This record gives sequence, structure tokens and C-alpha cells, in this order.
Amino acid sequence: MISFIFKRLLQSVVVMLAVALIAFSMFRFVGDPINNMVGQDTTQEEREALADRLGLNDPFFVQFGRFALNAAEGDFGISYKYREPVSNLIKARLSATLELSFVAAVLTLAFGIPLGVYTALKGKSLISKAVMSLSLIGVSLPTFLIGILLILLFGVVLRWLPTFGRGDVVAIGWWTTGFLTVSGLKSLILPSITLALFQMTLIMRLVRAEMLEVLRTDFIKFARARGLPDRAVHFKHALKNTLVPVITVTGLQLGALIAFAIITESVFQWPGMGLLFIQAISDVDIPIMAAYLVLIAFFFVIINMVVDILYYTVDPRLRADSTA
Amino acid sequence: MDLLNINNLRIEFPSRHGTVIAVDDVTLTVEPGEVLGVVGESGAGKSTIGNAVIGLLEPPGEMTEGHVLLKSEQIDTLSAEAKRKIRGRRIGMIFQDPLTSLDPLQTIEQQLVETIDLHLKLGEKKSQARAVDLLRQVGIPDPETRIKNYPHQFSGGMRQRVVIALALCAEPEVIIADEPTTALDVSIQAQILELMRRLCKDKQVGMIIITHDMGVIADITDRVAVMYRGKVVEEGTTAKILGNPDHPYTQSLISAVPRPDIRLKRFPMVNYIEEEGERTKNIDLSTHWLGRHRDFDEVHGPLLSLKNLVMTFVTKPALLKSNRIAFNAVDDVSFDINEGEVFGLVGESGSGKSTVARMVCSLYKPAAGEVIFAGTEISKIKSENERDYFRRQMQMIFQDPFSSLNGRMRVMDIIAEPIRFHKLASSNQEVEQIVNDLLDHVGLGAQASVRFPHEFSGGQRQRISIARALATRPRFLICDEPTSALDVSIQAQILNLLKDLQEELGLTMLFISHDLPVIRQMCDRVGVMKQGKLVEVSATEDLFENPTAAYTRELLDLMPRLDKLSHEGLEVEAG
Repeated sequence: MISFIFKRLLQSVVVMLAVALIAFSMFRFVGDPINNMVGQDTTQEEREALADRLGLNDPFFVQFGRFALNAAEGDFGISYKYREPVSNLIKARLSATLELSFVAAVLTLAFGIPLGVYTALKGKSLISKAVMSLSLIGVSLPTFLIGILLILLFGVVLRWLPTFGRGDVVAIGWWTTGFLTVSGLKSLILPSITLALFQMTLIMRLVRAEMLEVLRTDFIKFARARGLPDRAVHFKHALKNTLVPVITVTGLQLGALIAFAIITESVFQWPGMGLLFIQAISDVDIPIMAAYLVLIAFFFVIINMVVDILYYTVDPRLRADSTA
Repeated sequence: MDLLNINNLRIEFPSRHGTVIAVDDVTLTVEPGEVLGVVGESGAGKSTIGNAVIGLLEPPGEMTEGHVLLKSEQIDTLSAEAKRKIRGRRIGMIFQDPLTSLDPLQTIEQQLVETIDLHLKLGEKKSQARAVDLLRQVGIPDPETRIKNYPHQFSGGMRQRVVIALALCAEPEVIIADEPTTALDVSIQAQILELMRRLCKDKQVGMIIITHDMGVIADITDRVAVMYRGKVVEEGTTAKILGNPDHPYTQSLISAVPRPDIRLKRFPMVNYIEEEGERTKNIDLSTHWLGRHRDFDEVHGPLLSLKNLVMTFVTKPALLKSNRIAFNAVDDVSFDINEGEVFGLVGESGSGKSTVARMVCSLYKPAAGEVIFAGTEISKIKSENERDYFRRQMQMIFQDPFSSLNGRMRVMDIIAEPIRFHKLASSNQEVEQIVNDLLDHVGLGAQASVRFPHEFSGGQRQRISIARALATRPRFLICDEPTSALDVSIQAQILNLLKDLQEELGLTMLFISHDLPVIRQMCDRVGVMKQGKLVEVSATEDLFENPTAAYTRELLDLMPRLDKLSHEGLEVEAG
């Protein structure tokens, strides 16, 4: 187990270094960083001096090493547009994105898994058929359209829920939370549903397909032949076996929730990292783009590692210490 | 009083193409302590009966007539909940594949305790004690510690013991075992059957064993019911059915069973099943394409010679060579096969038989040693031309007829592919003519060429595989368990076909099987493999009559005894 975790950590470091290299390459090869920082009337000498001071004349690997070390400490330089350290900008917005993604993830799992199980077990009931047809909408409608439709219905026509922003937030240290105020919670509803809908239907369909697959296996048949009641067969044996592949996909989707919050954030003007990133792209604000890239990669790596460890605890077949 | 009565059972599967009658007017009884065998080939409806008795008929199947009585109480009309309470408590079930019968994510203990507590309401502690006791009864060593293990930590035979323990949890009155040993090696099979028979006698349990294997029937049953297309065609004591069957189907079935005790020239009377084609038209090999150009390089000495062959698989990969764990799947194997000879390779699963075959046709590269075919060492072949020539001479027939044919190609193209690849015919018309003749020759008929593989049964597909293998006009055939996926009567037909072809074309064969009786019928000489090593090589009759290696004797002892089998109308091949 320990050697397994150690190996995965090592792999994670390699992945992070590769992503850092890509992010760093953006600095060097997308435009000239000096040009991005100084005005048109700066002389060639001043440019040279600045490049020297910023270490841009050092060999490639020295620069990359410096970038990676700084990034590891959370320092991604200074935003071209805001003239502020990127780390501060991200810190201010991280909590918004993470809270949104967290709520969306909870919604995804809380509805996706039970609905998947239900439609697998009661495939012929009317409710299952309705859920399955509705889920097609979730899979096929683009996120921004869902967001706009929700805004139209609940924000404009019914006027029940706010349509943009986070509402009132409470600061706990550098973390700001919308969980503690009514307007914060209300503001979370529409964006989190928008973000969760696609993932929810995906997880639901996956759970359903896996569950149907598991229900056909011999050990389920044997469990029935032993006289176990349906409840035990379905939830003790079938569901647990269903979850093994579902964990992988859920992990990946969780990363995707954070990464692809961009669209939802721009539809709802949610002050998160995604919105910051979109603006950074239009402003060619490379430090922010690089930081976002590294950060998202970091989330993916962490989630994947957690998934692998979960796998390890759920499925005894993967434990190396087994003796045949 | 009978323990279990199945009266006039009829089970129908409605489908779009009309109703399929899976079981028709079947009446069976089981007494306490008795083992009833239900034997038949695939599709005969045997398993459906078992499922119907425990109330787990798969939809859309339904029981339309008849009833099932357990100790004179009718159980087929009970509610679903009441049927569930009988399952496991009064009727236990054992399935075919022990590798998939247990929940992989739960320990043996969790599964045993769950079942025991459910039926006997003993509570956690007592259930655990009973679980350990059950494991001891079914012969699992060191049950106190093994009970904490997960299914994957047990071998196939041990898992089947666990499955039996699970079926015995609540001391059921009847046990239905559906092909309980089909997935197991012969030595494990013997142990499991012995165990089941003992439990049945000790606990006065009535047992129904559903199987296609006459060896199992001969070993363990008291009475036998023979099923054919949903009907019981004959029922009687085991000795009567095996030794003096009345119904023509039973006679045909018995005559198709490969005999461990004598070598027959051919399998007689195996064509009760109409579906398989007879050879309608034989081609004259002296003038036909298939018989021409068989002028391969002449060989002095053996056609195939294996010298100290070793194959290593890495079981635990690691960056450092010293940390890797490897095992020798084939360990220092040497033997020769002479031209025109059928050489058998026999051994239990994992003994390395198939690995040898794959090295012979250079699908695997040996870790050490040499494969010399027709005087050339095959690893030294460099030019593409030479390699093609080598490949043309050697063809392979695989075990699984379902996955060894490309399902998206027509039979014509499947068989024509090697002819076209090796440019063995001058025109497309000639290729088509050859394919049609080959199909006739293997007993399928030329009209098969326009169809797709999925339209054929397992035996017919194996005929297609054989036609494909013949299409390069090879001199050497590797048959890797060619009939182990087939029913016994189909197996007899395919083995007859292979024997005929071998004689007509003077083929040399490497015949791999785990089935000793089949080996006896097919091979001139035999090599016995155990854990990658060749323990004995001798002429077939010598091996069966006077085995030298201890392991060979052990294997022969474990062979199901078929002494009771009828000897009528058999043509024994002279020495």
C-alpha cells in the first residue's frame, strides 16, 4: 500500500512537471513578456535591463526551474492586467469556484446514483422511462442553454432566484463562503443545477448500465439462489460492484466540474476562477492562464490519486499483498 | 415418499418468432440421499429445469404446465416471497463457474455469515462458527484464517468448495448442481465429485446433477435422465443407461463419448443430430487442387523438433530486473514430431501446452531453446519469402469457434483469405471453386460460403476453421483444444473429420487437449506436461497401458471410469 502511494505520488510529480513545462512555454513563446509589461516608449536598454532583472536571459532550464519552484510555492508572478500577484487573484476566486463545484458534485451524486439504480431495477416502470427520456435532454442540451433557460424561468418569469453573482458572502480568513447567508445559498441554486445537470445524467446512465451488467453476473444469480432477499442482492452485492467503475468516472467528472465551470460561471457572472480565466484569455494575461492551467492540473492529479486509493480500498483484488 | 417431484413440467419462452418450448412434459423424482443425473447436450433444456425448480426462471420464460412438489408440498404456485424462503433454505443450488459465482468484493466469511444468519437466525457469533465448520466439511484447509480471504485468493477448485459450502449453509433437503465441475481440471473434478457424493450420502440430501459430461454421470449418479430437445427421452439406473441404452439418441450419445479404455478407429453412429452436415461430396484428392503441390521440401528426421524450449512470463513487473518475478510457463521442453504423425500434448490448465503451440507457430518468441521445422530453425528465418513459406506449411485450429472467426466476413472470404494471401490460385474463379470444394469436403456444403459465421453452430464453425486451416495446403496442423467447447456428439463428428483429413492428406498434427480419452482416440504419441515440464513422452497405447511417470498414473487414475459404457457395435483399432 505504501509503495503504491509512493509510486502514484512520483507519477503525480512527473505529470505536474510536464504541465508546468507547458505553462512555462506559454510565457516564453506566446508573445514577448517584456513587450507585455512595458509601454511603447521604453528604450532598448531599459528592456535589456528589465529582461536581465527578470532573469529572462538565463538558460532555459534555469528559468524553468525557477518557474516550477515559484509555482510550487504558489507564486505565479504578476498579472499583466491587474498588476497584482496572480496568487492573490486566484485566492480571491478559488472559494467561489470550489463551492460551486462542490454543490454541483453533491447534486450529481445524490441524484445520479439513486436514479441510476432505480432505472436499472425498475426498468419497466413509467417513472424510469420518464427519467430516461429526460436524461437525454441533460446529455444533449449544451450547458449555456440550460443556464439561460433556467435564468429565464426562475429569474425573469418567476422572479424567485437571483440570476447572477454570489449574493452576500462571509469571509473566513481568505476563504469567502456563500453557505452562511440566505442570498448566498439562493445564488448557488441555479448555477449549481446548471453545472450538475450534464454530469448527473451521465452518472445516472453509467450507474444504470453498470448495474444492469452486474445484475446479469453469476454471483448475483447465485446470491438469489441462496435465498437472499432482493434488498441484499441489489444493494449489498450489486451496487457495490457497480460502484467500482463508477468511482473512476466520478473522479474524472469531478475534475471536469472544476475545470468546466468556466461556461456556467460566465453565464451566471459567477466570480470564480473560470470567469477570471475567460477574461485572461481575451486580455492575453499569460500569468493568469499559466496559473489556471497548473492549478487545474493539480486538482486533476489530486482527484485521480484519491480515486486510485479508493479503488484500492473498495476492490480487494487490487491489493498486492494478496496470497493466492 | 419422494423428496422432490417434478411432474409434467412444460416451460415456454415466447419470442417474436413464436414460442420456444424449452422443456416439454418432463417428469423427474429424487429420493433422499439419491443423485439424479440430467444429461443432454446444449439447448436440451437441462438448466431451465433447475432454474424452474428454484423459481428463478429467466423472463420471458414461464411454466405453462406441470408442478413441482417438495415433500408433497406444491412449491411452484407459491408467492415470490415464499419461493425465496425456500431457496437456499430447502433447495440449494451450485452453478458452473466457481470463478464468477462469488461476489468479488466480499470476504468468504461475509457471504457465508450473511446466508447462514438469513436462514437459521443464529446471530453473528454462531453463524461465524458454523461458517468455519462448513468450510472444514468441504475440505478447505485452515478454515479459521482462510475464511477472512476474498474469493480471488482461492483457486478454482477451492472456490467451488466455497460455493458448495454456501449451498449447504442451511442444510437444504435438495441440491441442484448445474455443471458443477465443467470449469475445473480433471483432478479437481474428481475431488469435488467425491465431496458432493459424500455430503449427499451423509446428510441424506437429494441431488440433481445437470451435466453434459458422461464421465461425471458415470462417476457420481445413481439414476440418469437423458434429455433431448426439451424432452426426457430415456430414464433409468446409471448402469442401464450407460451400458444398455434403449433410445437411439442415448445410443448415439454414448457412442460419441471418447473412451478412456480402448482406441476406436472412428466414432460410430454419431449422426442422430440432424443439424450437422454429412459429407455430401468428396473431392478426388489425386487430381484436386487440395491434393496437388504437396511437394514440400523433403525432411530427413523429424518434421518438427523442439530443443530445450523455455518460455518465461513476468508476473510482477518492476523497473529493476532483479526485482521482477517471473515464472517459466514452459521449462526445458524437447520433443520431436515425425512426418505423418499425430502428436498429443496433454496436461491440466496452466501446464504450458498452449504456450508450446504458440512458440511452435512463432506467435511467441521462446526465451531459450530452438524450434526446428523441416530442418530450419524458425527464429533464424530472415527473409519474408521464407517466412511465408513456413507459415503456409503450418496452420492452427483454435479452441473457441466463436471468437476465432471474424464475424464481419463471409465464410467465402474467411477461407479465401489465406489462398489469396499466399497466391495459391491463379484466378478469382479458381479461388471460389476451391473454397466451395473445401466446404463440401469438411461437410458444410458449398452453399455455406455466402453466409456469415454467426449463422452457424459451434460445430459448424469449427468446420469452417478447419477449412480455413486447409486452405494453405499445410503439411502441419496445430489443434489447440479443437473440440473442448463442443457438445460430445459434435466433438465426435469433428474428431472423425480430423482423423479422415489427417489420413487423406498425410497431415502431421500437434494435438493439444486436457482430455485424456480424446487424446487416446486421436494421437499416435503423447507428451504429458506438468507445470511447464514434459514429464513423459511415449506411444499412446503404452502411455495408457503402462504409464511410467507418477504424474501420468495420477492423471489416468483421475479419469472418470466409463467401464459401464456399452461396447456394442464398436470397431476397435488394432494396436
